[in-house]
Amino acid sequence: MKIPVFRVGLIVTASFLPLSLIALIVFLVIYSWPAIQFNQLHFLWTNDWNLGNLYGNPVDVRGAQIMPGAKYGIWFLVVGTIVSSMLAMLMAMPVAIGAAYFLSEGVRRSWAGPLSLFVDLLAAIPSVVYGLWGYALLVPLFGQTIFPFMAKTFSLVPFLGGDPGSGYGLLTSAFVLAVMIIPLISATLRESIQMTEPALKEAGLSLGLNRLEVFWHITLPKLKTVLIGVGILALGRALGETMAVLMVSGNALNYLPNNIYAPISTMAAFIASQLDSALQDPTNMAVEALSEIALVLLLITVVVNFAARLLLWMARVR
Amino acid sequence: MASKAVESSIATIPRAKGFKVSLYRRAMSAFAWLFVVFSFVFLAAMFISIVGDVVIHAWPALTPKLLTDITNGIGGGLKNAIEGSIVMSVGALLLAAPIGISAGIYLSEHGQGGAGKMLRFLSDVLVGIPSIVLGYVGYITMVIYLGWQFSVAAGIITLTVMLLPYIARSTELAMANIPLAVREAGYGLGAGEGRVALQILLPGAAPAIMTGLFYAVALSMGETAPLLYTAGWSNYMWNGQFTKEPIGYLTYVIWTFINEPFAESHMLAFAAAFLITGGVLILILAGRWLLIRGQRRMGVYQG
Repeated sequence: MKIPVFRVGLIVTASFLPLSLIALIVFLVIYSWPAIQFNQLHFLWTNDWNLGNLYGNPVDVRGAQIMPGAKYGIWFLVVGTIVSSMLAMLMAMPVAIGAAYFLSEGVRRSWAGPLSLFVDLLAAIPSVVYGLWGYALLVPLFGQTIFPFMAKTFSLVPFLGGDPGSGYGLLTSAFVLAVMIIPLISATLRESIQMTEPALKEAGLSLGLNRLEVFWHITLPKLKTVLIGVGILALGRALGETMAVLMVSGNALNYLPNNIYAPISTMAAFIASQLDSALQDPTNMAVEALSEIALVLLLITVVVNFAARLLLWMARVR
Repeated sequence: MASKAVESSIATIPRAKGFKVSLYRRAMSAFAWLFVVFSFVFLAAMFISIVGDVVIHAWPALTPKLLTDITNGIGGGLKNAIEGSIVMSVGALLLAAPIGISAGIYLSEHGQGGAGKMLRFLSDVLVGIPSIVLGYVGYITMVIYLGWQFSVAAGIITLTVMLLPYIARSTELAMANIPLAVREAGYGLGAGEGRVALQILLPGAAPAIMTGLFYAVALSMGETAPLLYTAGWSNYMWNGQFTKEPIGYLTYVIWTFINEPFAESHMLAFAAAFLITGGVLILILAGRWLLIRGQRRMGVYQG
């Protein structure tokens, strides 16, 4: 029998994709194993990240060598990551739906192409440039003008009143994240709006609805699954965003936000900013604990993406 | 005569009376329309504000010095960073393109079964993994365990893993758009599986695949997080070594130099942002142009 060289070659190269995903998880688990054993599960909901006294002598605690006083708890990161992403989703969803409608049905076809370029190019801008824009333009603008105004106006509303802060913080991060994920949601949504059966729209129009009402009462409910799927996908992107958040979040440590202007930090940004100081730990436990955070982040995004893709597959988008 | 009578009878049918769009519906429609226009204007304004902010701040710094000098602690030029960004993107592309394209061929030609579905699903999940996690795994495996230290090779391989699923999926979409009859014609003339894929399908899908590659390069140029702990940073030109030799890149300049307290460093950060944004946008536009040109030409299939 002749060996199908070409097909075997294809299979071998194609298997790089799942292998790299598995390798990512395996390497992270192996490397962070000492930290997982030392911290166990409650490291997720305790709130004290402390590298300990880096000039002391390592001590034995629960069978692991750590610096005196070292503790690893990341509840503030869990809260910061989830709250900022959720807030970004909340801001992004309506605008993305509006923009998708505008570009697919609101303007004539010949204009839609050039105008959609704005949205598509917005998706292509590197995240560090978003961060720079947030740092140089948004933070001063929000911190000096908009946040004090909002805090004064909504002083009685919980989480909206209180100390307006410096501009670095939860709301600024969520705003930047929202601008980053709107193009993603909008692009997929636009495609599926164009793919909805015209007969449905025509039925609605013949009943006397105008086009916006057709969209709201007929097209959008039809696209519910797509909407949820794309939303979760964008949430995954927001959860893992590093550079933009790093530059505008204020990089809070062991601090839980008490209103939406307070500084936060997210898991991804924390990994990026803390490795340098973690390397000072001679027992290596700090680096392993960071790797445990990376593992948690990886598992969260894998679960989130898994759910989103499953929904989108059921809706037969791509 | 008869037709005239019909016409006049039609003309005398009274128009429907009593049907009026309620004020509430009109108000809601007007509000919704306003919101729809607002959301597009908002996005366009964000785009213009980002690009405008970068261009305005970068403008005074755009001198020939950027291309001829290397960076020092707080200022200088960007020669080494530009070189590094190009080396990394091209290196990652050279590694990822063959693997990604053949994975894409597999997905579109043999991906209908369970294994193909599984592969497609996993590569979609791989796209969603945060780039900082890729960077961290690159750090613990290549930089520490293999002892390569901060190096070009570690950076390139990390970027490759990031690009693979993008290239595979865009290749798959491009190939799947070619009609089945083309494959049948190839097999009918006695061509083998490899010849059909490589000499018949691949040229037909080339414009769409190229667009995917352009997007991939744009993506790798703009990345920072996976490179921070794999490629490191260097103030000097690359000396051609793949391991044990860190390298500079433009995105690193943006995020470290903006934190320095000097005006010169800020200008350099904005100049780097200008170069990166300009490069990425040009690549995306070039990719689109390529696709449109390919679609207009005869013998190329809709992408």
